[in-house]
Amino acid sequence: MSAGAAKTAGFAKPANSPVSLTFALLVLGGVGSQSQISALNFTRAALGAGHRVLRVFFFSEGVMAGSAQNVPAPDTDAIAAQWSALAAAHQIDLVVCATSAVRRGVLDSGEANRYDRAITLQNGFEISGLGQWVEACLLADRTLTFG
Amino acid sequence: MAAMKKSFLLICRRAPYGQALAREALDVALTAATFDQQVALLFMGDGVLQLLKAQQPAAIAQKALDKQLAALPLYDVETIYVEADALQTLGLALSDLVLPAQPLSAAAIAEQIAAHDIVLGF
Repeated sequence: MSAGAAKTAGFAKPANSPVSLTFALLVLGGVGSQSQISALNFTRAALGAGHRVLRVFFFSEGVMAGSAQNVPAPDTDAIAAQWSALAAAHQIDLVVCATSAVRRGVLDSGEANRYDRAITLQNGFEISGLGQWVEACLLADRTLTFG
Repeated sequence: MAAMKKSFLLICRRAPYGQALAREALDVALTAATFDQQVALLFMGDGVLQLLKAQQPAAIAQKALDKQLAALPLYDVETIYVEADALQTLGLALSDLVLPAQPLSAAAIAEQIAAHDIVLGF
C-alpha cells in the first residue's frame, strides 16, 4: 500500500530544516517483490535526507530478505547483502520475525540448533519476536508498511 | 517503553487463505494488545471475507482463522471496522460475520486512518 512512499524524488529534506524523523519500516513482500526494493530505496532516501531509520522489521514473506542462501541474478546485489551494508553503516536494526522465519527456513544459530538445521541467516540480521516491531512503532515518529 | 501507548489501526485487505498474511496480521494485533496498546482492525475489500462465519478451510489443508479472531476480544481488541462498500460488493450483511463490526463509509475510513497513531497495511 505504501510503495508510492518509496519514491526517492521529492523526499529531500529542505535545506537547513531542523526536522529529523525516526522511521520504523515493516517489510512484508518476498525477495521477488518490489516491496523489498522500495524499502531499500526509501531507507537510502531517508538517511540521505538526514532522517534516521531505527529498525526494519521483516515479517511474513519479507523474512526471505534475511536469508544468506539467495543467489541473485548476475549483475545484481543480493537484497540481504544490501541491507547488511546499510545497517552496518547507519546503525539500523534488521529484525526478522522468528515465527515467519523458521517457517521459511531462515534460521540463526539458536534456531538451527533447536531444529537441527543449517544456519541460513545473513550476518547483520537478528531473529526476534513481534514485540520488537511493536516496540519500534512506539519509539519511531513514523511507521511505514512495504506490503 | 512500558508507559508508552499509541493507537494502532491494522488494515486487512487480503482474502483469508492462499497466503499467510491474514493470520500473520492477527498475530500483530494480538502482540500489540499484549503490549497494552490500543488496537483496532479495519477489514477492507476481500479482507472482509476473513470475518465470514462457518469457514471450512480444512478442505484445502488450512487452519481456520476463527480461533485467533475469537481471541481478539479476550485481548481487549474490540474495535472491528469493515468497509461498507466491500460488504455490499460481496453481498454480505453484518450478521454474516463472526465478530460484531462497525461498517464504515470511504469518508469514515479516511477519518479513522487520520485519527490513529500507527497505521499498518496487510
